[in-house]
This record gives sequence, structure tokens and C-alpha cells, in this order.
Amino acid sequence: MIRIPLRPLATILKARKTGKNPDDIERANIRQRHEDMQDESRMRAEGRLLVLGMLFFLGFLSISARMAFLAASEPSEPKVHSFGGAIHAQRADIVDRQGRILATNMETTALYAHPQELIDPKNAVKQLVRIFPDLDEQRLLRDFSGPRKFVWVKKKVSPEQKQAVYDIGDPGLLLGPREMRLYPNGRLAAHVLGGARFGREGVHAAEVLGVAGVEFTFDEYLRDVVNYDVPLQLSLDLSVQAEMEQLLAGGMRVMNAKGAAAVLMDVHTGEVIALASLPDFDPNHRPVGSGKNPDNPLFNRAVQGVYELGSTFKIFAVAQAMELGLVNPDTVLDIRGPIRFGRFRIRDSHYLGKELSVSDIIVKSSNIGTARIAQMIGVDRQQQFLRDFGVFEKTSLEMVEASGGKPLLPPKWTELSTMTISYGHGLSATPLHLAAGYAALANGGYQVTPTLIRKEHPTQGLRIVSENVAKASVAMLRKVVTEGTAKRYGDVPGYAVAGKTGTSEKQKKNGPGYDKDRVLASFASVFPAHDPQYVLVVTMDEAVETVGLKPRRTASLTAVPVAAEIIGRVAPLLGMRPHFEPQVLTKVELTAN
Amino acid sequence: MRSLFYITSALGLIALAFWAYHENFLTQRMLTKTEQLQTEIGQSRAKLRVLRAEWAYLNRPERLRDLAALNFDRLHLFPLSSSHFGRADQVAYPRLEERDLVQPVAASARGGIE
Repeated sequence: MIRIPLRPLATILKARKTGKNPDDIERANIRQRHEDMQDESRMRAEGRLLVLGMLFFLGFLSISARMAFLAASEPSEPKVHSFGGAIHAQRADIVDRQGRILATNMETTALYAHPQELIDPKNAVKQLVRIFPDLDEQRLLRDFSGPRKFVWVKKKVSPEQKQAVYDIGDPGLLLGPREMRLYPNGRLAAHVLGGARFGREGVHAAEVLGVAGVEFTFDEYLRDVVNYDVPLQLSLDLSVQAEMEQLLAGGMRVMNAKGAAAVLMDVHTGEVIALASLPDFDPNHRPVGSGKNPDNPLFNRAVQGVYELGSTFKIFAVAQAMELGLVNPDTVLDIRGPIRFGRFRIRDSHYLGKELSVSDIIVKSSNIGTARIAQMIGVDRQQQFLRDFGVFEKTSLEMVEASGGKPLLPPKWTELSTMTISYGHGLSATPLHLAAGYAALANGGYQVTPTLIRKEHPTQGLRIVSENVAKASVAMLRKVVTEGTAKRYGDVPGYAVAGKTGTSEKQKKNGPGYDKDRVLASFASVFPAHDPQYVLVVTMDEAVETVGLKPRRTASLTAVPVAAEIIGRVAPLLGMRPHFEPQVLTKVELTAN
Repeated sequence: MRSLFYITSALGLIALAFWAYHENFLTQRMLTKTEQLQTEIGQSRAKLRVLRAEWAYLNRPERLRDLAALNFDRLHLFPLSSSHFGRADQVAYPRLEERDLVQPVAASARGGIE
């Protein structure tokens, strides 16, 4: 840097000559130098500020550019961390207690059309109808030639059909992936599973929603992303269910019944091992209509159907009387009848003698005897007892249909109601209620909550009756099969069936009173009697046995043989070894000589 | 000294830039590969689901029952019943002549038992 001297000699000499103060020149020069220095440092500072400003500007520009890009671009999932996020099934499987598939998802294709892009709509419609004969040709033609821009043609298309659609070669016909619910076992356990339908539909996917049964009840669980790999395990057993349905269907045909239902339940856990209602349907093609109409196959007789279940209820009155200490199995009661109560008469189906022991009242199914016992119990105590058995409320089974099975109770619970209810009239409940009640007696007196979900451990409910009463009740039920109303067909060698028959006339369709020709035959059973494990309830709607000269409708000839057949087939499947009860030894007399 | 520092830092910068460039491409390649694998897993899962559904469909009780009935003359399959359960003492011992008794007898003979 060239420094300008503060006191340049030439200027000083000149100034001295002219008599000026040379210091002024120096001062002026110093000022000049300071001014220059100031200018320079300002320039530098300004330059720095500019560069810094540019840097900040560029920084903000890049950030805002990135933000704008992020806002404008299509969102995409992070690739590294999504372990097959979009690849899982949309809905968890449903499996039976041994892990066999009852419901699963399968990928299929949906066919839709953009009519505007169709080259030859008429030809396309003609070809489509050839591939899918169930399509309505006129309607499709109207849709394709109208102003619509989007038309669903078919929701499920098989691979062969898909190829055929490709072969039409029209660019307006488009295919999209789609998941569908599949029930590989067809009609099996149809009522329990319910069915599914498509919810919101898009071109790339569609929601699969449950419509009925467990599919509806557990809809949220099944659709939860967390549970995609965790199937819903039901308490049902596929092979037992299949066997029961087949035998029940056979029985229904032979007995000319309009419908039938059966429930098999574990007495300790309340798990429903099999639940059948006939007629049934195929959940893959769920029929339309209301499931509330009892004649619709969608109607679940075991869970929704409330019936007066007849004599099968008698054991509850007897068990309560024993629990209260009013009677014991050997107490003899006067059963002369009929009992007149106002205009109402209670009578037995046929003359059973003048007096019977409590045990024989069950074995021979005496209405009068049970009514007498109910009179001893009284209204309040009976209500409380039946409430404990769960007969007052709908069952807690995990199916939407269960809420439809609310028992019908008498509007005014009089002494007469108590008497009729004791033998199963005047109170309507579902076969499932009956099964839960019998299970409570069979497991030693603990309340049972029916469930469709597999349970690892038995859960103990509240105690309703003492163990001795429960045992005595089962012993009486066993006698019904060995010597009573179910003697002819009820016993299954090796499985010691105990149970009670019930034949209740149905109410007349129009007008009060009961119809003799329309009965509901039921058989509620427990097996094996010496160590009860399972409860089976079979009900047959309007069954009639026509082998003899006269059509016969009693449960002992309709429901009992079917139930016995089911137990004989199902018990080995449940892994139960036959157990032969010790025979009563012939008397050995000790003599001395 | 100063120029050496400048040169090394410039070289270092170039090396780091190269490394970053390289890593970037490696990552992108990995991402593409992951995506491919994910798709493959998805396809395999879908296949597995179809196979499981097919297995369940082919093993549905109705079909097995029909097959058992169709092939009854060859297989003699009956529905399981209580008579199929037995006790341990009902299981017969293997028949004696089927056993090869030659060697053990010879061995015991050598032991001087005879």
C-alpha cells in the first residue's frame, strides 16, 4: 500500500516560503487519511453484510423450496421402516380352537369401467354378458352409453374371468385389486361366523366389513392393524361342528322338522364347542333379508329363538327346592290332580299315580309334582334363582344376534306363573340359556357365562347351588335316561348321558291357547354323568315322527334319538374315552355254617 | 505451511464429497432392493394366504366325508366311535415267530449259561 506522507517536503517548503503554517498541511493530510480509512472499512463491512445477507437468503430460499416441494409432492411411506405395511391382509383370520381356518382373506379382482373411454360399448357389453351371465345386459348398456364416468361392473372376478376381460381388449374396462372374505368350509358354522360385505370401495382397495355373527361383534378387532397376524381363535371345534350339523340335518329330515338347533358347551369354561341352527346358509353368498324373521335361514334358532322350553325346566325348580332344604330326592309328594287355579288347570300328560318321590317327578316328568314344588318355593325366591341362572337376561355370547335372544317373562309374575314356569311354560328362553343353566348344574353349581372365544383356563362363576344339590340333580337327570322318558333312545354306551326331555306345544298362530300339532321338542343333556364335561341341548321345531300308525311328537321320540346320535359321534371326537359305569353287583350273602 | 493446510483441506473436501456421493448411491440402491424385497414378501404372503385358504377348502369336513365314502372299499374308514378306544392290555404283543431270536440265543450260549 502506498502511504501518502503527512508532511510532503515540497509542499512544506512551499508553505514556508508563503508564510503558511506547515502543521495545517499535516492536519489536513491526517484528516484525509482518516477519511480514506473510514471509507475502506465501511466498504468492507458493507461487503460482508451483503455476503451474509445473501447466505441467509439462500438458506431461507432452500428451506422454503423444500417445504413447497414437500407440500406439493405425493406422500409416500418411508421405505426402510415399513416392513410390508401395505402387504398384510386387511382383516385377521378366524380360526377354530385347533387353529383350523374358518374365515380368511383372499386377493381377487374387481372390474369397473370408464364408459367415456370405451371404444365399442355395445360389443363390450355383449362380451361381458357372455363372461358373466348374471349381468343385466340392458342396464349395463344404459350405464355404458349414458353420461356416467365410472361404473362398477363386478366386485369379484376370478383369474379366468379376468383373462377373458383382458381378451375383450377394450381400454375402458379396468381391473383393480381387491380383498374378499372367504369361508372355505362353506355352510359350516354359518350362523356363528355371520358374513362380510364391502364397505367403502375404491379402485385400489375396498373395506371388508362384518355384517353378522362374530364377524360383526369383533369387527374392530379383526380390522385392527395390530392384529393382522393374530387370528381370532374361537372356541368352536371344526370337526365337532361339522359332525353335529350333519347329524342334526339328518335328524331334522327324518323327523320332518321345520327347523332345529343344537348347542354343545363345555360345562367348566362356558366355551361353546359347537352351535348349529338349521336351516342354514352359505356365508360366502349371504342371502339378503332380515335375520329377525324366524323362517329366514339367517335366523339363529339357538341364540335368537326364544321358546317355551317345557319340561327341561323342571330340574331348576327341583334343584332350588333341594337347595332350600324343602325336599330331598326321596321326599314323596302328592301328585293328584289336576290342580285348579282359577280357570286354569295343571295336569300331567297321562296319569302317573297318586304320589311320587321328587326324583320320580323328574324321571316321569310330572307337571303337577313340579308345580307343587314351585308352590313351596314361592314367587320371589323362584325369580331370584332363575335370575342367578341367567334366564332373565339375554346371553352374553359374542354375537350380535345374542341381543335378539332376550327371554320373554310373564308381565305379571303370579303364583300361577311360578307354577307354570316350573315346568317350562309362561317363560320363553333360548336353547343357549338352557345350555348355560344345565352347565351350571353339571359343573357342581357354578354360574356359567357362555362364550365363543377360546379360553385357556376355566373361570369359576358365582356359586348358585351347593355341590351336593348339583350332584343330586345330575343323578336325577341320569335316571331320566336309564329309567325315565328318555330310556328308549337316550343312552349312549360308554358316555353315561343324563338329561331331560321337553315337549312344549307352541302357541296358536292366531288367537290364544296352544296348538297340539305344533310342538317344540327339546332334549337337554349332560355327559358323562359321573364327571360331567359337556352339555348338549337339541331342539327340534315342529318335529313329528311318522313311523307308527299315529304321528307322534314327544321329544323322547324326536329330539332324544338325534341328541344320542350326536353324543355318540361327538364325544370320541372330543377325545373322551368311553367309560362304563360299574354294574350293580349281584348281592353276595355271607353265610356261616 | 498455510498453503499445505489449504491443499489438504481441499483434498479432504473432495474425498468427503466423493464418499457422500458414493453413500448416496449405495443407499438408493439399497432402498430399491428393499422395495423389491417388500413386494416379493407381499406376493409370497398373498400366495401363502391363497395356499392356506386352498388347504382349508380342500380339507373341509364335507369334502373329506365324501372322499371317505367314495373310497370306502379301499380305506374302510368309519366315523370315530367309542368302540375305537381301547385299553393298553388290549394291544397284542408282536407274534413270536416274527422276532429274530437266533442271535440273542447264540450270545447267551457263549456266556456259558448253557
